[in-house]
Amino acid sequence: MSVTINFENIIKKYGEITVIPNLSLEINEGEFFTLLGPSGCGKTTLLRMVAGFNTIEGGSIRFNDQEINNLTPGKRNIGMVFQNYAIFPHMNVKQNVAFGLTNKKIPKDDIEKRVAHMLKTVQIEEYQERMPENLSGGQQQRVALARAIVMEPDVLLMDEPLSNLDAKLRVDMRNAIKEIQNDINITTIYVTHDQEEAMAVSDRIAIMDKGMIQQVGTPQEIYQRPDNLFVATFIGHTNVLAGTLQAKADMVVLQIGGYQLPLHHVAVKTSSESLKKVQVSVRPEEFILCESPDNQGIKGKIASSIFLGMNTHYFIVLETGEKVEIVQQSTIQEIHKPGTTVQLRINAEKINIFREDGKVSLMKGGSEYDS
Amino acid sequence: MTAKKRWDVWTGITIGIFLLYVFFLLYPLLTLLGKSFMDADGKFTLAAFEKFFSKKYYYGTILNSLKITVTVTTFTVLLATPLAYILNTVKIRFAAAIQILILISSVSAPFIGAYSWILLLGRNGVITNFIKTVFGFQIPDIYGFKGIVLVLTLQLSPLVYMYVSGALKSVDSSLIEAAESMGCTGLKKMFKIIGPLILPTILAGGLLVFMRALADFGTPMLIGEGYRTVPVLIFNEFIGEMGQDDSFAAAISVMVVLFATTVFLIQKFISSKKAFTMSSLRPIQAKKEKGVKGLLAHVFVYAYIILAMLPQLYVVYTSFLNTSGKIFVKGFSFNSYQIALSKIGDSIFNTFTLALFSLGIIIIVAILVAYVTIRRPSTLTNMLDMSTMFPYIVPGSILGIALLVTFNKRPFLLSGTAFIMILAFAIRRLPYTIRSSSAILHQISISTEEAAISLGASQLKTFTKVTLPAMLPGVLSGAILSWVSILTELSTSILLYTTATRTMTIAIYSEVLRGNYGTAAALSTILSVITIISLLIFFKITGKKEFSM
Repeated sequence: MSVTINFENIIKKYGEITVIPNLSLEINEGEFFTLLGPSGCGKTTLLRMVAGFNTIEGGSIRFNDQEINNLTPGKRNIGMVFQNYAIFPHMNVKQNVAFGLTNKKIPKDDIEKRVAHMLKTVQIEEYQERMPENLSGGQQQRVALARAIVMEPDVLLMDEPLSNLDAKLRVDMRNAIKEIQNDINITTIYVTHDQEEAMAVSDRIAIMDKGMIQQVGTPQEIYQRPDNLFVATFIGHTNVLAGTLQAKADMVVLQIGGYQLPLHHVAVKTSSESLKKVQVSVRPEEFILCESPDNQGIKGKIASSIFLGMNTHYFIVLETGEKVEIVQQSTIQEIHKPGTTVQLRINAEKINIFREDGKVSLMKGGSEYDS
Repeated sequence: MTAKKRWDVWTGITIGIFLLYVFFLLYPLLTLLGKSFMDADGKFTLAAFEKFFSKKYYYGTILNSLKITVTVTTFTVLLATPLAYILNTVKIRFAAAIQILILISSVSAPFIGAYSWILLLGRNGVITNFIKTVFGFQIPDIYGFKGIVLVLTLQLSPLVYMYVSGALKSVDSSLIEAAESMGCTGLKKMFKIIGPLILPTILAGGLLVFMRALADFGTPMLIGEGYRTVPVLIFNEFIGEMGQDDSFAAAISVMVVLFATTVFLIQKFISSKKAFTMSSLRPIQAKKEKGVKGLLAHVFVYAYIILAMLPQLYVVYTSFLNTSGKIFVKGFSFNSYQIALSKIGDSIFNTFTLALFSLGIIIIVAILVAYVTIRRPSTLTNMLDMSTMFPYIVPGSILGIALLVTFNKRPFLLSGTAFIMILAFAIRRLPYTIRSSSAILHQISISTEEAAISLGASQLKTFTKVTLPAMLPGVLSGAILSWVSILTELSTSILLYTTATRTMTIAIYSEVLRGNYGTAAALSTILSVITIISLLIFFKITGKKEFSM
């Protein structure tokens, strides 16, 4: 059975230090939900509060309608996968997976059946008699996953489960985790600091910083319409430029240096006539590089380039003095030499504009721009 | 970390063990402290301290002890540091065997070394006589300061060796290579790079040697003759023929403990300023050295190991000699063994019984203490942790006296019982097992326990099914060290034993005093064999070729 998880005004303190000031969040039934953020942002702390290894200093966490604040970890019906796997080193694979079931006084035949089925699900049945020290990292990870899921928990908690694996295995395992989660449809909270991993597995992501949630959304929402400058710069790569907004008759014009760009999806009161200073987030792929200057764009000089096969990256110093990185699909022609004068245009539909302090997005759907 | 203090089964265990420590260790030590300020009627007085400082006969022992400990500590460091450096950086033939021999030489009782050196270099020693007849001159005798320093240096240098060797193994060879690439080679490399890195370890090893040398009773008693150190004085004042003076013995003890504590704190302070954490992926490899360098390295190592093993080998040799009364005569036989077993065979049984009971207590308490101090850190567990380390700075004879003066009347009449021996052994040798248990627990990720709890196991079940099995190898390796050191312990048991609880070391010591060298040698050899077998089991369990005390 899967549950909805409700966080209401959660507070976490270590002594006098408040790590999570006030956090509310709802995770849907069967959802693959990821907590993503830089190290020290409180994501693991929050996960361990759900698991019951951290105390909750304020607010409540509910599974469906049941508050779990004061339940011991064993009573919460959770499955947990740890960063270092936490496989019991003195038990073989089968004993590890069966450990939780034996605590529940389930008949032996039942245990056998469920363990066998689970080992098959995570594809480690041929290793069931092996000791953990004779397993590879990926296999240990599967044992940890099997051990958690075989309990048929209401909630599956995973704390950076892939961070100890090498790059290739990480990709394989994250696909495997996603597939298994899809099959059993269990509400899952996944903690990671790896944004690509988060994008790949999650239904929804919460971006955390300093114990606060910065944005909750699907991977696409978070990448394309970040709520603030922190999210914009944390997810993917972006260039931040200073610009001004001016509302005209029926549209808003963004000006960066001498380049004027009419916008249609900005949430600004059109009555306002004055110039507003803003910050503009332009991802490398949202620049369009034009070789023949016609004054329809920002002028700049190429400083250096990196050829990466499919794409070529250019570092360009703009006429405003700002340095940006742009990316282009590689062409068969020669790469532009450093010193070449170029002109950049911007794909107006994709860029994001923030209030000068970076805290609020001015894109439609976000809050209205207010001076 | 769980922030909320939960009252659970572990809280109860912590309080229980702490109370045991309060009653059996802190309370006796405080009683001893009180005793030093009390006259026979229980009134406050400084008479004992005045008496101590009034005569050179008394306060001179402190100076003697200080001279011995400082000299021995310096010598062991000067001897063992190069030894460890050579064995870790130069390929030496039979290095593996030598390492095991170094260990073996360290686990025997120091006084056995002392009496063996008397047999070799004493007034009537084999070497003394040999030189006299062949070269015609008398070599200076071995008794007094020289003898004590010789015996203790050889006996205790393996401790420094093991410490330094361990530290050298944790120096990554890339550090050395980095230094060399920047033009820092040879001696400069040793003093600029390796020296500072292992200095905290040398200090820690030195401290251990200092404490052991300070507390050693058997060596100065046998080979010191007129050169009296503090443990000898304490023993004589407490037990001696000159009449018993508890208060005086207590006063000396208090001063020794204060002194030892000061040294301990100074070492801690220096170490904490200079400590590094190192982990080496690629330890320094022993390299083949050719020419003079290689030759000198070999000579140094072999000379050391021959000197270190000589007394033990000579004891084994004499154990097979025929005796006539107290004199060794020509021909070999098992006579000494027969006499030893018939006369004092019960001491072997006593040693095993007492040691096994002590070991049982040690293992249980050590596991629990290690668990609560690491997994449940709190003020209480910190205090417990500190209490368990007291035996490091309280010499064995002082602990023995403290126990005797505290538990000598009803309702706690323990003096003369086997229990008080077991108690003393357990308290003194617990630190080894606690340390090894803590070390392994640090390596066991707490998430394994959390995993078990999240899978519905109770706290006790998590402990017995998950934590304990993973801890066992570490616990056992420390337990064997505790075991070996109980077998060779003398300074506490000499105060606490009765004829019914006489152990092997006490029997050997008494036989040596009586001049029955044959039976002493036979019994010593049996003791050595038992300790060597124990060490072999240790190597088997841990897969290691060394250990740290």
